[in-house]
Amino acid sequence: MVEFTLPANSKIGTGKTVNSANSTSRSKTFKIYRWNPDDGNSPMVDTFIIDLERCGPMILDALIMIKNEIDSTLTFRRSCREGVCGSCAMNIDGTNTLACTKATADVKGDVRVYPLPHLPVIKDLVGDMSMFYAQYASVTPWLQADSPPPEGGERLQSREDRARLDGLWECILCACCSTSCPSYWWNGERYLGPAALLQAYRWIADSRDEAAGERLDALEDPFRLYRCHTIMNCTKTCPKSLNPAKAIAEIKKKMLERR
Amino acid sequence: MAQVERPISPHLHVYKPQLTSVLSILHRITGVGLGAGTLLLAWWLVAAAYGPDQFEAAQAFIASWLGRLLLFGFTFSLFYHLCNGIRHLFWDAGRGFELKTVYTSGWLVVIASLGLTAVSWIAGYASGDAL
Repeated sequence: MVEFTLPANSKIGTGKTVNSANSTSRSKTFKIYRWNPDDGNSPMVDTFIIDLERCGPMILDALIMIKNEIDSTLTFRRSCREGVCGSCAMNIDGTNTLACTKATADVKGDVRVYPLPHLPVIKDLVGDMSMFYAQYASVTPWLQADSPPPEGGERLQSREDRARLDGLWECILCACCSTSCPSYWWNGERYLGPAALLQAYRWIADSRDEAAGERLDALEDPFRLYRCHTIMNCTKTCPKSLNPAKAIAEIKKKMLERR
Repeated sequence: MAQVERPISPHLHVYKPQLTSVLSILHRITGVGLGAGTLLLAWWLVAAAYGPDQFEAAQAFIASWLGRLLLFGFTFSLFYHLCNGIRHLFWDAGRGFELKTVYTSGWLVVIASLGLTAVSWIAGYASGDAL
């Protein structure tokens, strides 16, 4: 359902300000969403002013520096620090992206860091992704074939068939796209969202998969697929420059072709 | 520890408005505008069928600044919804999904709908005392 305002327990207050930059150096102000399940307070935005001379180039470097040197309670997910794991997806400077591949220098003015939008917050920048993963599981993202594989070998693809998976297999399931989609904000319980649909198409488009019919059956629903209104926020925000909106359009075309 | 109700992370409040989402919501708003404009048109036609006094009253309202503002919104809604509707038809055919194309077609729709609205109103005023 469309909800323009946040529930009472989600309203955001102003938190503390910590200045750790010495005034002569290059500094940058980070405004970071904080919520601690243990202290009973509403969410706050804390302000940290840090010295860029002593900090790596990416937003993730700054977050790690704040955690190491200023406030060890700052909580966020991170792992690979090179844009392949998708853990550090968050809302930075108004759009969803990976903290590890977003350069601090690319943000004009203060750096505003929030969790991925419209998720239940577990702590600080960590959102609850349970539903997102359940939706991914619901598209049965594995190869399904009734025919036996060739004797002692792999199921081979032509170069052309393999090329059809380019732009799909690279998805790292960071959830930037799904949580940028207003349709997913309003109908996230019933609309699968761009990430799960791109993954669904990744298998529908696979020449080795034999369950395309069942996969399309599962998506033939006013909400699961057709809540996509081609807003295009997903494609705009994807940190891997993939095109979920195009993948969804291809699924819609397949639906028509099989009528 | 007692289970705490988790807050919802901010969405509309923090997400940067951009051409993609703004044109999309504008499509929805102009769709509603078309509905409202059609009511205005129907009222005008009903008034014309009803009698000269009623028609005179409808004409007077539509010629007022408020009436003209509503008409202007109706005209823009019509042209924007039409132009962006054509953009949607291309998308339905699976075309024009590259981000660069999305931005080019988006700005084209903005320019075309503003241009067509302006041309209509200039033509309307130029053709004499239409109202």
